[in-house]
Amino acid sequence: MTGRVITITSGKGGVGKTTATANISAALADMGHKVVCMDADIGLRNLDVVLGLENRIVYDLVDVVEGRCKVRQAMIRDKRLEELYLIPAAQTRDKNAVAPKDMVRICDELRQDFDYIVIDSPAGIERGFKNAIAPADEVVIITNPEVSAVRDADRIIGLVEAEQKGPAKLVVNRINTEMVERGDMLAVADVLELLAVDLIGIVPDDTAVLVSTNKGAPIALEPKSKTGQAFRDIARRLTGEEVPFSASNGNAGFLGRLSKLIGSKEGRNA
Amino acid sequence: MPSLSELLGRKRSANTAKDRLRVVLIHDRSALPPGVMESLRQELIEVVARHIDVDQHAVRVEMVQEGRSATLQAEIPIKGAPKQHSTE
Repeated sequence: MTGRVITITSGKGGVGKTTATANISAALADMGHKVVCMDADIGLRNLDVVLGLENRIVYDLVDVVEGRCKVRQAMIRDKRLEELYLIPAAQTRDKNAVAPKDMVRICDELRQDFDYIVIDSPAGIERGFKNAIAPADEVVIITNPEVSAVRDADRIIGLVEAEQKGPAKLVVNRINTEMVERGDMLAVADVLELLAVDLIGIVPDDTAVLVSTNKGAPIALEPKSKTGQAFRDIARRLTGEEVPFSASNGNAGFLGRLSKLIGSKEGRNA
Repeated sequence: MPSLSELLGRKRSANTAKDRLRVVLIHDRSALPPGVMESLRQELIEVVARHIDVDQHAVRVEMVQEGRSATLQAEIPIKGAPKQHSTE
């Protein structure tokens, strides 16, 4: 088995990286894939609480790096999904406890046993980000339809390309359709036009996400949730499936403009 | 055609955000601070004006985005006929 390493990053903090990592990982595992997600935010670990696994941690990523345990011992099995595991970050250390080559080595080991290794990158463009993208086969950038998040996403897209990890794929998170229709929020098509990257997901702005985080239960596992569906669609697209973007997720005329954008972008990626 | 809100002199904040981001991203990508564009504009005018009479107020120098790369575009209108040499 040779698993794929998918890194979730954003530049700006607070745009929903950890939530996206938890939900994409859960959705992939729910589809029957063997998945391990890894929290690369050393010193500010959170993927454990979002997944509701905080009480089961014995070893962490830094313990693996420093040889105090085997990779297997640091993996926590999810409560709900047989095929989902978490490798938590260390909470009492900092980013310099891990180097990019450590991440490459650990991921190469995990590739033998898993279909997908999903890495939750810390915010910023320093060591933690470099650690997170070093082993990546694919980079997913999360942004919000908001000026500072889009600007930071653009920086990250440039850095991902410079590291030869491109082309990055974009998730526009927290789209509020009402505000877009009113003309007070950037539409997905606007964000795509500005950033000139491929889209892999549109996630609505949904208060139910906070509720699911409160409970430590990923919304991607709630069959009736639209937001859960948005994360499941991202997971399916990551496996190579073609999943259409539903019109309700964007704005009026969105699909037409989107297909135009995709058409005009072909040449650039060549 | 301008929209109703534009006719009423009100611009939607999403459009403002998009316009501002377009400019910011071009400068971020080229690592060129906005102030440099103004000096570039002045220097271009100086060089061209040495040879041709240019309409200095109508000169436009800007970065144009295409995909993730940018092009520097300068539009330098020329005043009337080529520089007149005074008769007599």
